[in-house]
Amino acid sequence: MIEPAAASTQLSTAVIAEEKRLRNTRYGLLAPGILTIFIIGIMPLSIVLVYSFLKPGDFGGVTWELSFKAYVQLLFEEDIFDETLSFTTDYLEIFFRSVSLGLFTTIACLLVGFPTAYFIATQPPARRNAWLFLITIPFWTNLLIRTYAMLLILRDQGVINLSLIEIGLIDRALPLLYTDFAVGLGLVYAYLPFMVLPIFASLEKLDFRLVEAGYDLYATRFKVLKRIIIPLSKPGIAAGCILVLIPSLGAFITPALLGGGKSLMIGNLINLQFGQARNWPFGSAIALVLMVLVMLSLLAYLRYGARRGGPAHG
Amino acid sequence: MAEMASARAHKGIDLKHQPGFSQIAWFCIVVLYAPIAVLVLFSFNQNRSVTVWTEFSFDWYVKAAQNEGIQHAAWISLEVAFVAMVVSTILATMAALVTTRTPPYRGLNLAVAAINQPLMVPEVVTAVATLIFFAIIKQATGVTGIGYLIAAHTAFCIPFAYMPIRARLEDMDLSLEQAAADLYAPPFKVFRRVTLPLLMPGIMAGAMLAFIVSLDDVIITLFVAGPGETTLPLYILGQIRRGVTPEINAVSTVFLGISVILVTLIFFFGTDKNKGKQ
Repeated sequence: MIEPAAASTQLSTAVIAEEKRLRNTRYGLLAPGILTIFIIGIMPLSIVLVYSFLKPGDFGGVTWELSFKAYVQLLFEEDIFDETLSFTTDYLEIFFRSVSLGLFTTIACLLVGFPTAYFIATQPPARRNAWLFLITIPFWTNLLIRTYAMLLILRDQGVINLSLIEIGLIDRALPLLYTDFAVGLGLVYAYLPFMVLPIFASLEKLDFRLVEAGYDLYATRFKVLKRIIIPLSKPGIAAGCILVLIPSLGAFITPALLGGGKSLMIGNLINLQFGQARNWPFGSAIALVLMVLVMLSLLAYLRYGARRGGPAHG
Repeated sequence: MAEMASARAHKGIDLKHQPGFSQIAWFCIVVLYAPIAVLVLFSFNQNRSVTVWTEFSFDWYVKAAQNEGIQHAAWISLEVAFVAMVVSTILATMAALVTTRTPPYRGLNLAVAAINQPLMVPEVVTAVATLIFFAIIKQATGVTGIGYLIAAHTAFCIPFAYMPIRARLEDMDLSLEQAAADLYAPPFKVFRRVTLPLLMPGIMAGAMLAFIVSLDDVIITLFVAGPGETTLPLYILGQIRRGVTPEINAVSTVFLGISVILVTLIFFFGTDKNKGKQ
């Protein structure tokens, strides 16, 4: 937008000077924050793109030669001796596991999170604050420690197994840990508060006269929920889903602690390439695949979720 | 007629009730807190086991406090979190003033998007990007040190500090600032004497969020931290991989305690905003 003040010739120079001063202040204040994020956040992303097209160095890092090997490696395995390529699903499996665990986590969080948020939103104010506080604490609590707590529960000598043995239901520990199940459970546990809080924010503004109108028209409880409450809280549901899906797709700590070597996710694969495997270009390529998955989720969010469902109010 | 029908339909019906929702909410709380409760409980276990209770004791806390690895890691964590908190809060305050107190301009949305960028990218991708970027700088300049870790933490703390500050600015009554300007206070004086004091709860909340987020970080730190820059979460991660002992539980409990105190403070800074409106 061209600033209208500048366009008018009738304005005194004083006004123009004021405009200019304002603009300078604006950029002066904004610049340091944006610049920090740009230099440390956005610029490196383009470097990752460049690195994914280079050859790995001998001790980590890269050698500056153009190569598409990192991307070929995603789908094909190179024979050590005759360098022939053969199709491999090793990495596809990990991508597939990440996406399905991400979706599972999102759906499970939604199924538990929506009723919880609704319950909190319909409480009297004092009790509502207490509930919100209880949800907020885990939201900001160290994820590593919370995952460690989950590990203590699921271990062979963990609370679940020991109590089951104690009451005689089983005589040997169930292998709960280091399975996809453990990782899924850990992810739901980790990101549940991320689902509850945005849905609550949406439901808090819900106009219950609309619910009343629904009952006036003889709608059942389920119908009111499905046709009135859920559509009106759609922005919160969408925000909650994206807040759970993105960190689940890129999860690192949860699969590292609860999945072990058997249940790797994309995050662990990336870490492996920058650690033991010393293949930075391949690690960069995997990071970019993860970025693409995240971008697709964000696009879906913008396309279907960001719009307000139903009449705007509040 | 219709009114009568509705009156009849409502009799004895709680409009807001949905069957089973309260049970799910209680289930949610139990699921969220039970594992943490177990963790805290066994930090007081006298035994070496983290699942079989023997006797109450503070032994593991004493042991953890005397552990030099933990002391060093705690010191690094505090150092990084403190500097990252101060710098990111200042930058976020400046940015929040612009995005709320100046008339809309071209690029405003882009600026807000740029500030929130670290929230939209999975942490592991940011970690990779930062690692590569810093490796290039290190190679070019030969400079090493903890500065890189602090810079990385500052960058991802900005959006967290920005959120409450911006929320506070949006809720604030503009008339006080206008009144000060009407009384010929120069812009900076208006800011220092009116805006800043009113904004303080937001800034405090932002600073504490930045501090928590920095203190809790694992992934970016894991990629960026050099030798001797082991933060407390990295230390804990290393210990867990070696095998669980109640000592980890003790350190974790102290860590949890700090987080809970800070979150409680933020929660109450955040909820007093209704008083300001009147």
